[in-house]
Amino acid sequence: MDHTRRPLSPHLGIYRWQVQMVSSILHRATGIALAVGTLLLLGGLLTLADGSTAFAAYRSFLAAPLLQILLIGWTWAFAYHLCNGVRHLLQDAGFGFAKPVFVRNGWIVVLLSLLLTILAWAWIVLAGCAP
Amino acid sequence: MNDLRNPLQRALGLGSAKEGVNHWWRQRITALALFFLGLWFMALVLMLLHGDYTSVHATLADPINAVLMLVFIIALFWHMQLGLQVVIEDYVHTRWLGVVLQIAARFYAVLAALLAALAVLRIALGR
Repeated sequence: MDHTRRPLSPHLGIYRWQVQMVSSILHRATGIALAVGTLLLLGGLLTLADGSTAFAAYRSFLAAPLLQILLIGWTWAFAYHLCNGVRHLLQDAGFGFAKPVFVRNGWIVVLLSLLLTILAWAWIVLAGCAP
Repeated sequence: MNDLRNPLQRALGLGSAKEGVNHWWRQRITALALFFLGLWFMALVLMLLHGDYTSVHATLADPINAVLMLVFIIALFWHMQLGLQVVIEDYVHTRWLGVVLQIAARFYAVLAALLAALAVLRIALGR
C-alpha cells in the first residue's frame, strides 16, 4: 500500500501560511462558533416569551465578564462570516479568482470584519453610557 | 466524446454523490437570505440593547419584525445544518461518529428552530 504514503492534500505541514487558506479555515471556524452562538438567540427568544423576570435574568447572565468577552468574539465571528460569505458568493458568481485580487479581497474581509466589530462595540458602550 | 455514464444518469444530473447540486444551492440561497436578515438582526439587537422588557417585547411583536425573525430562524438553522454537514463530512473520518454527529446536528437544528419559532409566535400573538 505504498501509494498511501504520498503526501495527501491538504498537507498543512508544507504549506506557507497565506491569506487564502486562513480565510477558508476561519470561515469554517467562525461558522462552528456561530452554530454554538445560536444557543444565545434561543435563550433570548425563550426568556423574552417567558416574561420580564426570565428576560432580566438572561440579561444579567449576558452581562457577566466572561460572557461579554465571548460576545465580542461572537460579534467578530458574525462580522467575519458575513463579509467572507459575501466574498464566497462573489467567487461563486465567477469574480475575484486572480491571485492578487484573491489576496486583496482576503485582507479586505479581515480588516472589514475587525472594523465592524469595533463599530458595534463602540455603539454598545456609547449607547450604554447615555442617560 | 465518450461518456461512460448511462444517458439517464446524465439527464438526471445527480452525479456520483446522487444528490446533484441541491446542497450547494440551498447553502447559497440561505446565505443570501442571511446576508440581509443578519444585517437586520444585528441592527435590531443593537437598537434594543438597552431597551426595557416592554419595548423589546413590543418591537418583536410587531408583525413585520415577527415575520422577519421567523424567516431568520428558518434560514439560520437550515444554513447551520448544511454548513455543519460539510465540516463533519470533511473532518470526521470515524464512520459511526460521523453518522452520530450528522444526526445530532439535524436534531438540534430542527428542535432549536421550532423552539425559537414558537417563542416568536408566543411573543407576537400574546401568551
